[in-house]
Amino acid sequence: MRRQIPLIITFIVGSVLIISVFIPHKPFGQLGENFSVYFDIIAVFAFILGAGNLLRVHGNRIYRKHKDWPYSVVTVAGFTVMMIAGLFKIGGSPGITGDLTEPGSMFEELYMYVFTPLMATMFALLAFFVASASHRAFRAKNKEATVLLLAAFVILLGRTPFGVKLTSWLPDPLSFLEIPNLASWIMSVPNMAGQRAIMVGIALGVIAMALRVILGVERTYLGADSE
Amino acid sequence: MKTFSYSFIFYCLLGLILLATTDGLAQVESSDSLLSPLLPPSEVIAEDHPGDAGGAIIVRWKLSPDEDKGITGYEILRSASPTAEFSSVGFAATGANRYVDANTEDSLTYYYKVVAIDADRNASESEISPPVRSSPQWFNFHLLNLLIIGGLICGAVIYFIAHAKKGKKFFLRKIAGLEAVDEAIGRATEMGRPILFIPGILDMDDVQTIAGITILGRVAKTIAQYETKLNVPTSRSIVMSTAMETVKEAYISAGRADAYSDDFVHYVTDEQFGYVAAVDGIMVREKPATCFYIGAFFAESLIMAETGNSIGAIQIAGTAMPAQLPFFVAACDYTLIGEELFAASAYLSGEPKQLGSLKGQDVGKIIAMLAIVIGALLETFFAISGSSFFGSLAELVHKLFSIVAS
Amino acid sequence: MNPDKPKMGFFETIANIDRRVIFLFVGFAVIIPVLLSFSCREEATPIVQSIFDKIESLPEGSKVLMSFDYGPSTVPEVQPMVDAFLRHCCEKNLKIYMMALWGTGHNLISESMEDIIKEEFPHKVYGLDYVNLGFKAGQQGLINVILTDLKKMYTTDALGSEIDAVPMMVDIRNLKSFDLILSMGGGFPGIKEWVLFGGDPGNIPVAGGATAVSAPLLYPYYPRQLLGLLGGIKGAAEYESALIKGYPKFKTYSHPGIDMMGPQTVAHIVIVLFIVIGNITFFMGRKKEEEEKREGGALK
Repeated sequence: MRRQIPLIITFIVGSVLIISVFIPHKPFGQLGENFSVYFDIIAVFAFILGAGNLLRVHGNRIYRKHKDWPYSVVTVAGFTVMMIAGLFKIGGSPGITGDLTEPGSMFEELYMYVFTPLMATMFALLAFFVASASHRAFRAKNKEATVLLLAAFVILLGRTPFGVKLTSWLPDPLSFLEIPNLASWIMSVPNMAGQRAIMVGIALGVIAMALRVILGVERTYLGADSE
Repeated sequence: MKTFSYSFIFYCLLGLILLATTDGLAQVESSDSLLSPLLPPSEVIAEDHPGDAGGAIIVRWKLSPDEDKGITGYEILRSASPTAEFSSVGFAATGANRYVDANTEDSLTYYYKVVAIDADRNASESEISPPVRSSPQWFNFHLLNLLIIGGLICGAVIYFIAHAKKGKKFFLRKIAGLEAVDEAIGRATEMGRPILFIPGILDMDDVQTIAGITILGRVAKTIAQYETKLNVPTSRSIVMSTAMETVKEAYISAGRADAYSDDFVHYVTDEQFGYVAAVDGIMVREKPATCFYIGAFFAESLIMAETGNSIGAIQIAGTAMPAQLPFFVAACDYTLIGEELFAASAYLSGEPKQLGSLKGQDVGKIIAMLAIVIGALLETFFAISGSSFFGSLAELVHKLFSIVAS
Repeated sequence: MNPDKPKMGFFETIANIDRRVIFLFVGFAVIIPVLLSFSCREEATPIVQSIFDKIESLPEGSKVLMSFDYGPSTVPEVQPMVDAFLRHCCEKNLKIYMMALWGTGHNLISESMEDIIKEEFPHKVYGLDYVNLGFKAGQQGLINVILTDLKKMYTTDALGSEIDAVPMMVDIRNLKSFDLILSMGGGFPGIKEWVLFGGDPGNIPVAGGATAVSAPLLYPYYPRQLLGLLGGIKGAAEYESALIKGYPKFKTYSHPGIDMMGPQTVAHIVIVLFIVIGNITFFMGRKKEEEEKREGGALK
């Protein structure tokens, strides 16, 4: 019974939502967006579980002086400071009833001068990791890897004015060999063809996965082995 | 004398009247020329918008003959009665011959007029349209082709699942990433280092996360048997709850309930880069021997994969985000590409019914491939020959596989 | 002594180069052009020009919905696009409706309003020329709802004013009331969700700007479902260049997209050089292995 009820709910809700795509009449037409909103409401309440778990896990590590426990202090401190600054709207002129992101408020200052630069820093790491990954991965080990390597060269150079200057001397009949034109062709023809093929496969995979879940064939997400 | 003065006054008055009338006529003439130098749009038809839940009417008209003489657009006017005042409900750009009025009430009758306007604010009104009412429909016929094709694919999946129940075996090609799962877990066990499992950064309403959690369940069962430490940091609270339940049940079904700990699965943060910073910290400090990245990822994929590479971990990734696949392919040892992610759970279970559903996907692929080949050939023949026969057939194939905006 | 050995040693060192050395080179490749103010002008490609042309074709008073679907991490890449779009729309006297599907977009709207609209177009009036609808949770579910009824979700603007008290919101009923939707960001939810749940069902033109990583995923939607796309800093630089070409007064304004093309160019060249070096060391290593195999076979 503990597993039957969720399976029945899954089947009914899944089937009704699929059917509602084709029936615009009320109440079916609104079901999809209503359920999206319901899920978001549940997710917001579920955040309490997540926050509780975060504090419990890191609190435990601090209490037991687990290895690397100072990092847990940083985590709990960051969480607490932002929570209090946001909840009590510290520094904002109308006080606790004011706008969360009012200019000059503590939350807004922390967001702009701590959070924002940290996020930009993490994103900036990509530039460095792309270089090290490219250095390691783009080796002409075989034919396919060689094609990948050449495409990478063309795209990397084609995205810059340097690539334009490198092949701008080519005569008009050979203008299709100019690096920016080649880069544009690679992105819009083979890249798009490959992306579309992958997207078709993904869509079919999603259909099969969804059917397995709706029909109760796949139950691992419930914490149960499949039938 | 009196007669002269009366006559004089009479003729002055007559002159004044004539003068005023002439001016007025001139003004009327000018205003006439201001009001309607344009020819109006014609054949205004309003009809209920098809395939919706009501509340919308499509207004169509034939463009004004003065379309290329400076018309800047069309104003759509509406009234509940042909004799009552009309009010504006919207504008359409020049060249447009349809407008959707999405603010109607189903119980009311409406009349429409279309007004052509030019840059000098000259306006020319059409005839009033016949009366129309909006109403909701029970079936959206614009999606009929979707229903048929979707029904075929779903039917094929269900058919092969049922077929598999009868014991039929299906051929499955080897997927290197899935073949390596046991080896990867064994490596971590030998080295005495933990296994890191990242189920993506989207919530449980994304099918990739469901796929990730189902694979976590299967992998956790093997990990339980090997008694290796598992670490599953999650980005969403609902995913944390689901993953906890899944891992717990996996340990119980492996007969290792005593080895399970609630700390295996823990919440980090919803924020994308905060999450990847935490995951990177876990990797650098705990140095897991094996890293699984199974689910939906965005820009953080390369950051995690490169960090995993720097600590010498064996990395198995799987995502249906085409933009992130190249990063995983470049940085990880094995990558499940697109549909392989959704097939992984069935693959790892080895159950005939699950494998049957994979066979059903192939029917969808055949439909897609046939449509692409036939459509491409028809378009090519049309381009070469100019024959309207091929053009019509190509258009038909295009319509069959398009969802028309309602 | 084999005269080739020192050469092999050098290549072995390069082949096993510490990744931190690579990071250092990339760092210098970005910092030095910034310090030297090395920048590159771009020519707008068709996928960018189509957005410019669309905004150019909109009559005065047309309604443009701008969705700020990005966070602080992608501000350096996306903000130049946002600034360029805002300048163009303000110059064309279009009505700008700003909203966000991302929670982080809320603050970014406020900043854009302050830095671009209020600073550069002080004659623009809030509520008449531009409005901030703020952030609403719901992701693609929100787009689903506002496709048919926008005021169901937005009962006030971001400043708390009643929605019907805002003059430019009076004749807005749903997404179909807009002449163009611009989504900036490219993540989730983003341009793809606007196309699938807003533009396609509502037959509303959708265009946008995405990070360079997300842009390739969106190319399949161009040009039928996506009017145009700005991809990464290059896309931003192209749009800024098109804006300067169409409106020379913007030449004196900030153009971070064009400014960043210099460092991007140099960084790309450095990455290409590392790839070349990596391949040279790979082939040298393979050659060495083959020689060792031959020597080993000869000894036997």
